[in-house]
Amino acid sequence: MKKRGIGIGASLYPTGMSGGGDSSQAQVKVQPDGTVVLTTGACDIGEGCKTVLAQMAAEVLGINYEQVKVINDNTDNCPLSFGTFASRVTYVDGKATVDAAEKARDILFEVAGQMLEANPGDMEAVDGKISVKGSPDRSLPIGEVAGAATFGMRKLVVGLGHYMREPSAPDPETGEIDPFCTLAWAAVLAEVEVDTETGEVDLLRLVCSYDVGTAINPLLTEGQIEGGGAMSIGAALSEELYPNYPSLEQAPTNLGDYAIPTTMDIPDIEAVIHECPSTNGPFGAKGIGEMTANTPAPAIINAIHDAVGVWIMTLPATPERVLRALDEKGGA
Amino acid sequence: MHSLELTVNGRSYQTTVTLKTTLLEVLRDKLFITSPKVGCNSGDCGTCSVLIDDKLVRSCITNALSTQGKEITTVEGLSKPGHLHPLQEAFHEKYGAQCGFCTPGMILAAKALLDENPKPSRKDVREALSGNLCRCAGYGKIVDSVMAAAEQMGQAKN
Repeated sequence: MKKRGIGIGASLYPTGMSGGGDSSQAQVKVQPDGTVVLTTGACDIGEGCKTVLAQMAAEVLGINYEQVKVINDNTDNCPLSFGTFASRVTYVDGKATVDAAEKARDILFEVAGQMLEANPGDMEAVDGKISVKGSPDRSLPIGEVAGAATFGMRKLVVGLGHYMREPSAPDPETGEIDPFCTLAWAAVLAEVEVDTETGEVDLLRLVCSYDVGTAINPLLTEGQIEGGGAMSIGAALSEELYPNYPSLEQAPTNLGDYAIPTTMDIPDIEAVIHECPSTNGPFGAKGIGEMTANTPAPAIINAIHDAVGVWIMTLPATPERVLRALDEKGGA
Repeated sequence: MHSLELTVNGRSYQTTVTLKTTLLEVLRDKLFITSPKVGCNSGDCGTCSVLIDDKLVRSCITNALSTQGKEITTVEGLSKPGHLHPLQEAFHEKYGAQCGFCTPGMILAAKALLDENPKPSRKDVREALSGNLCRCAGYGKIVDSVMAAAEQMGQAKN
């Protein structure tokens, strides 16, 4: 008999490393033609940090992100990034990038201030121009300002940015501690159909809702939610790291034995982006990279319980484990 | 060593191989055509997929000498200068490539499908791509991309 059930998984996840030393740096250079080169140590492993960091630099400098070239190709030439892990790059490297872009912008304001005979503190960078706030007729294209800085004033328009959160120690009286950059939240709903004769679990629907702070790039955010969802489905239902029999020699050694979900195993994951901007992240961003792979599996296991009344306490919920649990319970 | 002649993306090549050389090794190491990737190198993941005489195969488990005189297509052969193939356009538009490692194989598997079945359902697409693993994108946007390309190619014909 096939039985359906619904389950919910919920999680919170900290962004970045607590305990200090989680450092990232960035360099933003405005070329004499007004285009921008962002050099960062952040490594893009497909999540799209080159796009997101370029967007952030562009936003600060008031230009289109297509005008930002991102260089992150080796650790000798690039500023340091602690790495692409701990859901930290958008937040930590984002803050370093914003810091660098703001410092480069300050140099542009200083130069434009001289050219426009205005106070650098009264300038803004919008629509590819450096303008006096409130007087749009007093403005110069960013390329003209950067060109004058380079060829007229012997100035290098480079901003060096950095972010590293101070470590937080617990208060000796209360134990209170503030260890995280920010926290992201998630709720995932899964609907499954369990075959009580074969033990097979068919995932019918997966709705993944994440509080991402601000979605700097909603399309990339959806991509992370769906990709993490697929990994979590594998963890919940098919990816067995250790063999059923107690010998490492029988562990899976190829992708035929270690079953990564295919197109036939993953439903169209419904990604829901919930925006609750963080108070301290770059443009309100949080990090959700890792939690997208943590939250769906518990929802699926809860859905199996809802369907047939057994708790699968060891992942993945293979047909064998589901059948054994059903046997122990005395049937569905 | 044995002499091998084959055509890749419309261009003829002549090279030498051993009895054990795979087509993937010829493409990547001898002809420097690097869109077919070395993934599992055992026929499980599909990222080495190429078309031989328009049929989808895994080049990592295809003996090079078995392709003597055959026509091979890799994803480099789909685009013309200045013009991407509709599948490439669609993967770009619909964000079908996340990290991009599986993408060449996905696009060729999709091309093999659309050659046979120009109006596939989502289920048809999922079945056709089921031999190509993606580890980071969750497949949904890849299926979206193939559906969009099918529609685009259908309109172009009419």
